[in-house]
Amino acid sequence: MAKPVPLDTAPDFESAGPRAKLSLVEGLLAEQDARSCAVLTLRWLTRYAGVRRGFCAVVDSDGSRLNGLAGHGVPLGEVDAWNLDLGERSHPLVLALVGAEPVAFHGSGQAGRAGMGGKGGLESPLGADSFQAVPLGQPSDDGETGPGLLLVDGPGEGPVGDELRWAAQLLGERLVSLWYRRAQADERRHKRERTWLFAILNAVTDPILLTDADGRILVANASAEALLSADEKMSEGRRRAVALNNMLFSASLFTSAQESGPVRQELLLVDPTEGQDLLFELIRTRVKVRRGETGTVSILRNVTDLRRAGEELEENYRRLRTAEAQTRAERDRLDLILNSVLDPILVTDAGGKLLLMNGPAERLFTADRASAEAERRVRANDAVFTSFISNLYTSQSMRFRGELALLDPSTGGTVPVEAISGKVGSRQGEDAWTVTILHDLTEAVEKAQLYEQVKRHSEELREKVAEATAELAEQNELLRRQALELEQASAMKSQFLANVSHELRTPLNAIIGYTHLMLEGVSGALARGQQDKLVRVDSNAQHLLAVINDLLDITRIESGKMPIQLETVRLPELIEEVMTEVEPLIARTRLKVTRELSPAIPDLWSDRKKVKQIVLNLLSNALKFTPEGSVFIQVECLDERVSVSVVDTGIGISEDNQKTIFEAFGQADSSYARRAGGTGLGLSICRRLASVLGGDITVTSRQGEGSTFRLQLPLASGS
Amino acid sequence: MSETAQAPLVLVVDDMDDGREICAEYLAFRQYRVATAADGFEALAKAAELLPDIILMDLSLPGIDGWETTRRLKGDDLTRHIPVVALTAHALRSAHDQAVEAGCDAVITKPVLPKDLESEIRRILGVQAAS
Repeated sequence: MAKPVPLDTAPDFESAGPRAKLSLVEGLLAEQDARSCAVLTLRWLTRYAGVRRGFCAVVDSDGSRLNGLAGHGVPLGEVDAWNLDLGERSHPLVLALVGAEPVAFHGSGQAGRAGMGGKGGLESPLGADSFQAVPLGQPSDDGETGPGLLLVDGPGEGPVGDELRWAAQLLGERLVSLWYRRAQADERRHKRERTWLFAILNAVTDPILLTDADGRILVANASAEALLSADEKMSEGRRRAVALNNMLFSASLFTSAQESGPVRQELLLVDPTEGQDLLFELIRTRVKVRRGETGTVSILRNVTDLRRAGEELEENYRRLRTAEAQTRAERDRLDLILNSVLDPILVTDAGGKLLLMNGPAERLFTADRASAEAERRVRANDAVFTSFISNLYTSQSMRFRGELALLDPSTGGTVPVEAISGKVGSRQGEDAWTVTILHDLTEAVEKAQLYEQVKRHSEELREKVAEATAELAEQNELLRRQALELEQASAMKSQFLANVSHELRTPLNAIIGYTHLMLEGVSGALARGQQDKLVRVDSNAQHLLAVINDLLDITRIESGKMPIQLETVRLPELIEEVMTEVEPLIARTRLKVTRELSPAIPDLWSDRKKVKQIVLNLLSNALKFTPEGSVFIQVECLDERVSVSVVDTGIGISEDNQKTIFEAFGQADSSYARRAGGTGLGLSICRRLASVLGGDITVTSRQGEGSTFRLQLPLASGS
Repeated sequence: MSETAQAPLVLVVDDMDDGREICAEYLAFRQYRVATAADGFEALAKAAELLPDIILMDLSLPGIDGWETTRRLKGDDLTRHIPVVALTAHALRSAHDQAVEAGCDAVITKPVLPKDLESEIRRILGVQAAS
């Protein structure tokens, strides 16, 4: 502690007697304001302690600064502007305040003690003069600083210093007393305001919270507490819900911690009592909590219902739009239908007034060409229609049908129409509209006539088709029956011939048998005449047998029942065999018989027996019908065919007869044939056989000069 | 014919008297022993009774026909070995094929010369004797 330095005492001042001191005490007690008290004290000091200039500074409410309060002989602006940071612990004035003892400063504001001055002058409101700094109030033992400092010029030694110290003490006590009362008032006011604030906060149904930088809840209103705080009495479920909410809330707090300025976000919490989800809109603002610390104010707005309502609103709006679109589409469709219908359609209201009509109706009920004739016809139509409609209103039925005779406005021709009206009841039940469709009957009549005509034609056609079909069926049946009959006839013919053959052979067998018994002498020796005649019987019987056999062959070939056996046929060998067989025949004549075979005659694929039968027949014919001269056999190979020609120098065949020799019994001269022992069927059979084998027989001849019969056969016959 | 051996016995089956008579007379003339039957049943009875060396069988017979009679002869162990020569006025191949199917050893179409018939019998019996 610095030792107090005595103040310089001004020469002209009254000594302060008890009365003067009392006046200061009374004056201070009368004042309720700190500044007034300070001014009063400074003025008193001027008068009783010889102070010329003085200055009073007080510690501010939070004890951080020393501020100017009042001055005497100091400009008011300087008083207000002056202040000193109490954090500067080494400042002489701060030391003076803490020391609780008056300190004297000499010239240029330098403190009396060595080493106390700063490098510049001490900035005091009293300028550079020497002054004393006197702490206000009672010195205390607990080291707490007094309420302020009193700075006065001049020395403070002796009684003057005592007066000064007394006044400073008195002023200090008075200021403390004033501040305390004010603090109490403030406290009460604060308390009241706090109560109000909480009332307001709790009255807000939205949860409101203030949290510090670490997320701890500093203040929460009732709604917030309901969501976020739990106590022992709550159920386990509720506590869990609260814990969950805390977690969610803290999480949201940190996600938005970086943002400055109000933050808006959504937060989903759980209602701890009901258990359902609650959607909140969270508005968060950062605020200063205390020096250097920031907190967050969170306001939660329950938007669960709002969201639902919003969604419903949106859905309803959407439905409305859809319905509207549907309605529009339906109306458009209806318009389209109405206008595409060719029949006139009219819509009238309950009073019979025309509301709507389509194009075809307009042609009947409007006269846009404004010709007087047309207008008259339209009015006539209108009258007819109105009369018809009025019938509907008097009747109870919902539908009404009638036939009207209208006029074509342009031509004046009568248009018979069928009118069908229907009441279209509104939802409220009253008859709202009537829809009438007019159907042009002229067209219907025409159509009916046309239809009848078409029907008649189609009926005729159908009958014709039926007739034709029946005829066809009949013909088919006939053909089928004919085919069947033919088949049966063919079978019967074959069977008949087989039977005939059998029935002829049986007696022939007896004739031939008995003849031979007799000829062989079974019944004893015969006279020469008898024997000769029996030989004639036998010869005729043999001829008859040959005819029967040939007939049977022709029948077989014609009915396709002649069996064909295909095999390899070597023609040179075959010719050799035939020559051997006719050797006896040749021997009985004086004919010169020669043959010529081309080299390398290929083998045939044919029926050997049939080929041999043909060649034998041709050769024996040649021998039979050639009285003198020669018979020449030539075998040649043409491409894919072979030919066997039998050339004779015989009697020949006339051109007419050449046409018939291949027919059955077509022999040129039957007497000749019989004499030669032929049946007259040989060539006929040969040509048929050649045909069966895929070949043919041709003849070239000149009567009296001879004939050439040529058999041609394919290298391979089809089966 | 051998002097020592008994002459072959021929059973002639035919419903027509002419047919039967010609065959019987000619074969007897040629030193054969001859038996006759006028229908199928008689033929079966005679065949079983006499066991002939060869049978000449007409095919168109009253009662059971020649084909059936042959089938039964060939179906009987007693008569199976006896050669059957069909003698028929049927000239169609089908009739002949059916006769062979029924079991006939040869088919001869009527009309036939008696001497040709006898030589066929000799041929068949010769083949039999040789085997």
